[in-house]
Amino acid sequence: MTTPTTVEPTADPRASLIRRLPVISHFNKSVGLQRGMLVAGLILTGAFLLTAIFAPLLAPYGYSQLSDADGNFPAQQAPGGKHLLGTTVGGYDVLSRVIWGSQTAIMVIVVAVLMSIFIGVILGLVSGYIGGWLDRILVVIADAIYAFPSLLVAIVMAIVISGGQSSLLGGIMAAAISITVVFIPQYFRVIRAETIRLKAEPFVESAKVVGASNIRIMSRHIYKNATRTLPLIFTLNASEAILTLAGLGFLGFGIEPSSAAEWGFDLKQALADTTSGIWWTGVFPGLATVLTVVGLTLMGESINDLNDPRLRGRKKAASGKGGPASTAGTQAALQAEVRGS
Amino acid sequence: MTTLIEAPPTDADGLLPSKKKSSGGGLGQYILIRFLLIFPTIFILVTLVFFLMRITGDPITAAMGGRLPPEQLAERIAAAGYDRPILVQYFEYLGHLLTGNFGTTLSDNRQVTEMLTTYGSATLELTINALLVALLVGIPLGMIAAYRRDHAPDAVLRVFAIVCYGTPVFFAGMLLKLTFAVWLGWLPVAGRAKTSSELELTSLQSPTGIYWLDAIRSGNMAALGDVMAHAVLPAVALGLLTAGIFLRLVRTNVIGTLGRDYVEAGRSRGVSEFRLVTKHAYKPALIPIITVMGLQIAVMLGGAVLTETTFEWKGLGFQLATYLTARDFVAVQGIVVLLAVIVAVTNFIVDIVAALIDPRVRY
Repeated sequence: MTTPTTVEPTADPRASLIRRLPVISHFNKSVGLQRGMLVAGLILTGAFLLTAIFAPLLAPYGYSQLSDADGNFPAQQAPGGKHLLGTTVGGYDVLSRVIWGSQTAIMVIVVAVLMSIFIGVILGLVSGYIGGWLDRILVVIADAIYAFPSLLVAIVMAIVISGGQSSLLGGIMAAAISITVVFIPQYFRVIRAETIRLKAEPFVESAKVVGASNIRIMSRHIYKNATRTLPLIFTLNASEAILTLAGLGFLGFGIEPSSAAEWGFDLKQALADTTSGIWWTGVFPGLATVLTVVGLTLMGESINDLNDPRLRGRKKAASGKGGPASTAGTQAALQAEVRGS
Repeated sequence: MTTLIEAPPTDADGLLPSKKKSSGGGLGQYILIRFLLIFPTIFILVTLVFFLMRITGDPITAAMGGRLPPEQLAERIAAAGYDRPILVQYFEYLGHLLTGNFGTTLSDNRQVTEMLTTYGSATLELTINALLVALLVGIPLGMIAAYRRDHAPDAVLRVFAIVCYGTPVFFAGMLLKLTFAVWLGWLPVAGRAKTSSELELTSLQSPTGIYWLDAIRSGNMAALGDVMAHAVLPAVALGLLTAGIFLRLVRTNVIGTLGRDYVEAGRSRGVSEFRLVTKHAYKPALIPIITVMGLQIAVMLGGAVLTETTFEWKGLGFQLATYLTARDFVAVQGIVVLLAVIVAVTNFIVDIVAALIDPRVRY
């Protein structure tokens, strides 16, 4: 089932543009099990994206709707009838809140990951390229934050930003910034390491000889090369962002139910229901979280494996070379996704 | 892809100040430098937390604002010294920390240190239990996945690992509670012990606070059983989160070592496949596992906050959530600082263990 692939679409510059696009080229490279995982990840992630985009059409009610033409929604009604997934203790429609929740999740992910890439990349480039005491200080700070439980960092940030309670925009920004602070050290480390490696490359020397300014070297020569791996970290971190958001919501730093739907907050509310055997208020938002995270992780991990010849399929040449350096590399790659809860 | 992520932060990546100068300094020197590095880490975290928490204002306004008339509020702020310049307060805070004084909580007026020692043991117990679950589940399954690589068991186990990782620990806890406590009624819903056993255990002479240890010491088998029954669900919920990570880690590393020549040599000498995987391939794969285990302690402490809230397990995490709701930021700050110390010390120990196992780390 794992016959080695003979075609390497990315290696062939003459291959059509479509075949060289990231996900499609990965799909063509994959075989057997890996292809299955990639496809499963793509389907789940696609479903998540579509749900978020079409939430207004899909959701039967608004996220904060408590009544319709027939009067108020009943509280804690079991799934079925007008409310496919039941209602919560506050009378919200569970299905609607699950669907709207995907929108909140995606907004937070996009804002958080973009901000952390932006800040992390700039700091990493500058720190790695300039070096010296600035580099030392930034590295020590980044390491201190990196080693600390990410949820606690996020909690502290959430207190700072919003004091806890928040509106839609305020809540999303608070969650996103909290998550950003957790992620910056990761991007910083990756980019800094790459920058230090690239600094010694001949093409940087040549650029210097030709008289390119430091800013130009950083922004063109090094930046382009150092950020190749970022899309991958993006997918891995997106799943972590969802988990952090849910964790914050669960601890009460979520977004008020009247301003947006958020899965973590709904789970917090549902916790009290479990003892009386009411399962639908918690199980559905929880499942939505799990499926989204699993989808993103499957996708990110498959792409990661496919980019790494040592993990791609089982080729004779690949399996023999798992030296200490390469295991460390693989293990380090795992750590990107390993952190978080 | 080798450049995806730099080696773990604890690793020898040229950050330890004097490492480059001392080529090949001994183990003692490494331990010393590594030990000294604990302090800047804690110092940075304490400083960051202090100033970040103060950006929002003073703790008394946060806790009591709106509930007290303004003049009374101002009086209390002045009494606690929060009206002085922030730098003065900062240095005073640092000085207090050095003498072990973390302040007094605002919401229930307790010494933070007393609160930390009271609830710390519960969190420790939960973390140990969860770590046991994680290792018992993660390591054997990881070996199986590595040995049956790219076959059905591997596929199932990898998806299992991802689901473990992708399930928020409080959702896992909720499902476990629903299934085993509410529907099947096999295990208690929440808490650390029944009130009767709890009373008995806390009235022991010099209790450790770790209930199963206390129960064994008191020789009360009924209490021990009760404590164990309460411990199962939280430990599994928190343990599974980490088990997925261990599974993947063991799998990746054992795959790396399984392909080595000496494993092939062992096979040709007739060593059993079981022994090949569990001894020959697994042992060298241990170093990265131990390193990551250190990082996992941080993850587990974060997860403990959520697990304890889910199961009303009265530990630091549960208290943290309570104080967060009460906006008692003195207490929150105390817990965060304590956790920072724990994480820094754990990472130190892990680094030393890694250095003892693998001499390459220290050079």
